[in-house]
Amino acid sequence: MIQLKNIRKSFNGKVVLDDISASFYPGKANFVIGASGSGKSVMMKCMVGLIDVDQGEIFYGPDDFVHKSYEERKLIRKEIGMLFQGTALFDSLSVEDNIAFPLRMFTKMTPEEVLERVNFCLQRVNLPNVNKLYPSNLSGGMKKRVGIARAIALNPKYLFCDEPNSGLDPLTSRLIDELIKEITIEYNITTVINTHDMKSLFDMGDNIIYIYQGKKDWEGEKSLIRSSGNSRLLEFMKASEF
Amino acid sequence: MKFFEHFGNYTLFLLGLFKRPERFKVFAKQTLNEMSSIGVGSFGIVSLISVFTGAVATIQIGVQLVSGLVPDYMLGTFVRDSNIYEFSPTITCLVLAGKVGSSIASEMGTMKVTEQIDALEIMGINSANYLVLPKILAGVLTIPLLVVYSMVLSIIGGALSGVLGDIISADAYVRGLRTDFVPFSVGFALIKATTFAFLITSISAYHGYRTEGGALEVGRSSTMAVVYSAVAVIIFDYLLSDILLAA
Repeated sequence: MIQLKNIRKSFNGKVVLDDISASFYPGKANFVIGASGSGKSVMMKCMVGLIDVDQGEIFYGPDDFVHKSYEERKLIRKEIGMLFQGTALFDSLSVEDNIAFPLRMFTKMTPEEVLERVNFCLQRVNLPNVNKLYPSNLSGGMKKRVGIARAIALNPKYLFCDEPNSGLDPLTSRLIDELIKEITIEYNITTVINTHDMKSLFDMGDNIIYIYQGKKDWEGEKSLIRSSGNSRLLEFMKASEF
Repeated sequence: MKFFEHFGNYTLFLLGLFKRPERFKVFAKQTLNEMSSIGVGSFGIVSLISVFTGAVATIQIGVQLVSGLVPDYMLGTFVRDSNIYEFSPTITCLVLAGKVGSSIASEMGTMKVTEQIDALEIMGINSANYLVLPKILAGVLTIPLLVVYSMVLSIIGGALSGVLGDIISADAYVRGLRTDFVPFSVGFALIKATTFAFLITSISAYHGYRTEGGALEVGRSSTMAVVYSAVAVIIFDYLLSDILLAA
């Protein structure tokens, strides 16, 4: 479980995250939604430690990530997988080497064990026999799958997905959604998903957090959204295609 | 003011390279890859430039030695010294500032804007140490070797243009090469080459690593890297000459 407690972040005096507290649950698809510029990407970057918060605490289980040393954070980071909006696959490495990268850096697996794990991860994302291809040889959907395979290579407890459907056609989007949902349940991962895709949210969302101008405006289950009485949230939903 | 800001950030960037090193095995592999990229990848352009620099030096110096007051063979001495002291280390490194510098800056910049560096950081890897230090080490190890190679080729290029152009005989050229040779001249060139290699790789990596935005900014970082590296090479060329030769 991940818990945010009163986190604040500002850039050059402009408050981007204002006193946000929220909980993200294991085995659930925890969605963070909000308009562009609302602060949800900054919040995700704060959660994974790419940006330091000005104030507040971020708990991974019992551990406060914010006040840990670099080495202590590194231990927590090994339990984090992240699927980036643009996939962030290493261009110079093959698919196999991309997925093997964290295994070679952080485990003492033999080359045979690494290959076995890589093949398992590729099978899991329904992408066999692409080991020797490079990211430039893959379609957008395939890149996302390889990104997921790399994210789960170290058996993470926490999975962060930043706009996992951006740039994908509707059919591929649904396949990626199903994959994320399956993995979340199968490995009891605490999955955090930033998205604008309301179809995704209604298909697979469990716990929803709505961010408006840097503040948490609403939190709850998806079934409660329509009866939330939150006019800004309802307007946001209405404006989406769904 | 901007200069001091850059200088401060550059110093912090260099200090950050040595924090939290990654596994030696991984580091060594990265360094070997970079050595291949910088060294082998620059072989062709360095060969071409060196041969022609030596050839042009012979023609231009030969044109000026028409008075008869200076013996013919001294042409070989002048070509040797001008290439070892200045042309090979400085011109080679200025060319490498363009080729290697822009390559490093654009590679780092692209990795930054496509979140590949963020991906490394999230995994708990010191991205500067993992990506930049091998490039600097590879540059410092291979660029001086390229400069030595350039010295040899430029002297051969000088001989070819001198003999084929009927400017000087082969015997006289070789006699000139052997006259008053100062071994420190090669040492001086290697000190310059090592310093320039460090400046080119670190400045280029610094500009690439700080890239924010998209493709346009990657191009801008690449240009900045080449310009700042070339200016640094010229300034340090003067400083090292003043410190090591004039003193």
